[in-house]
Amino acid sequence: MDFDLMITSFPKLLGATAVTLKLLSASLFFGLLIGLLFAILRLNKKIFINKFAYGYSYIFRGTPLLVQIFIIYFGLGQIEYLRTTFLWVILKEPYWCAIIAFTLNTGAYTSEILRSAFQTIKPGIIEAGKSLGISNKIIFYKIQIPIAIRQSLPAYGNEIILMMKGTSLASTVTLMDLTGVAKYIISTTFKPIEVFIVAGGIYLFMTFIIHNVIKYLEKKYSFQ
Amino acid sequence: MNIFKKTILTVLASLFIIGNVSAEKIKIGTEGAYPPWNSKDASGNLIGFEVELAQELCTIMKYECTIVEQDWDGMIPALVMRKFDAIMAGMSITAERQKTITFSQGYADEVASLAVMKGSSLEGIETPEGINLSLGGSDVKKALKTLTGALAGKTVCTQTGTIHQNFLESGDVGSVNVRTYKTQDEVNLDLTSGRCDVALAAAVAFTDYADKSGKPVVLVGPTFSGGAFGNGVGVGIRQASDSAIGKRDAKILKDFNKAINKARKQGIISKLAIKHFGFDASM
Repeated sequence: MDFDLMITSFPKLLGATAVTLKLLSASLFFGLLIGLLFAILRLNKKIFINKFAYGYSYIFRGTPLLVQIFIIYFGLGQIEYLRTTFLWVILKEPYWCAIIAFTLNTGAYTSEILRSAFQTIKPGIIEAGKSLGISNKIIFYKIQIPIAIRQSLPAYGNEIILMMKGTSLASTVTLMDLTGVAKYIISTTFKPIEVFIVAGGIYLFMTFIIHNVIKYLEKKYSFQ
Repeated sequence: MNIFKKTILTVLASLFIIGNVSAEKIKIGTEGAYPPWNSKDASGNLIGFEVELAQELCTIMKYECTIVEQDWDGMIPALVMRKFDAIMAGMSITAERQKTITFSQGYADEVASLAVMKGSSLEGIETPEGINLSLGGSDVKKALKTLTGALAGKTVCTQTGTIHQNFLESGDVGSVNVRTYKTQDEVNLDLTSGRCDVALAAAVAFTDYADKSGKPVVLVGPTFSGGAFGNGVGVGIRQASDSAIGKRDAKILKDFNKAINKARKQGIISKLAIKHFGFDASM
């Protein structure tokens, strides 16, 4: 064990953690918006809209995240026509390709989590609101959404942790996130065990924080 | 009767001896993604210069060799962790790598070059045809200065953990915006997509790609050798130690050195180099 290497690589890896956190927060933010939108579409009675939303979540939950990143980064990059459009300004950057892939992926899972949360809301609660003369819009925003968010917290907490670990795939499209920098250090020192232990420790610490924040929120918003 | 017994005993004894002197069994690691040095055919079999050379060397050494595939970025750690006993993966002999492993004598050498897509603004840069960084001198200095100017603000792509990356980060061409990839294939993809303004690798890696893909990839600037580019490509082997297993590593190194000498004298290396590179890259 080369403890000196572990100590000297720690600040470099910590610096790279900023990139990981940026990727994570951006994709969770956009993913939550997309997830909410598609959860609502899933609850729509019109079969075409419903199937469209189902198709999206089916495709992105049914294929590996690595494959999705490769298709968006290397795949779309090979389409000559695309390179002449304004889209290329975004797709040219590995950073945005990674965020697009992560967003679409987490959006699919989030839509499923929220959909099931909406569906578990007892009809009695909505009927109670209606009997008080509250409009459908207000029932949705003030009653259904808060209950759905509370219901989905445990599952969504898991999704955040999975996504946090998923960001390590950003290193496959040249980004210097936590895993990317770890690989870079290994490419000059040839000592994978030491460096990956430190990187793994940082990931574990992030999981620890996320886990506890979710636990706190669950307690705070519990119905009891 | 006595003679009959003796004959049987002799035959049995000889069988026993032959059985005991069974060939040394080793595994050789290669990347399988760096043509023409080593690559894979459509059905996934390892092919290329080093795959054929490894077979020739093993025949000379009377070793039983298995060639195994290993990603480039884990090549040296995998050797150290005994997943295989030797590396033949277009790996140049450099001081940095020699801190961790040892190398046989070089068996082939081949220059590095920058490459761009046809029509790039870099196409016209005026430099000597080739520069040797170990020699230095005013020509080399002037060429490096020209390159520093030409590469400023450009995204330069190369494979992770290579001599090419070392060179780009050495400061010889100023502080360039380096982007690193897991394989040379990915570098080629992003050079053609336009995400990379320019790429650096073995010159043959680009010409081979241009030939096979039909993409207008062209070499620019000087060819590079010496300095950060190392001292030719050799067989990577674990550093010897006093343990029994360490002594075996020392023997493997010695045998490879002898076999390379022999293969060189018999013209085997030249022949294979011409077959795969189109010119004699042997050394």
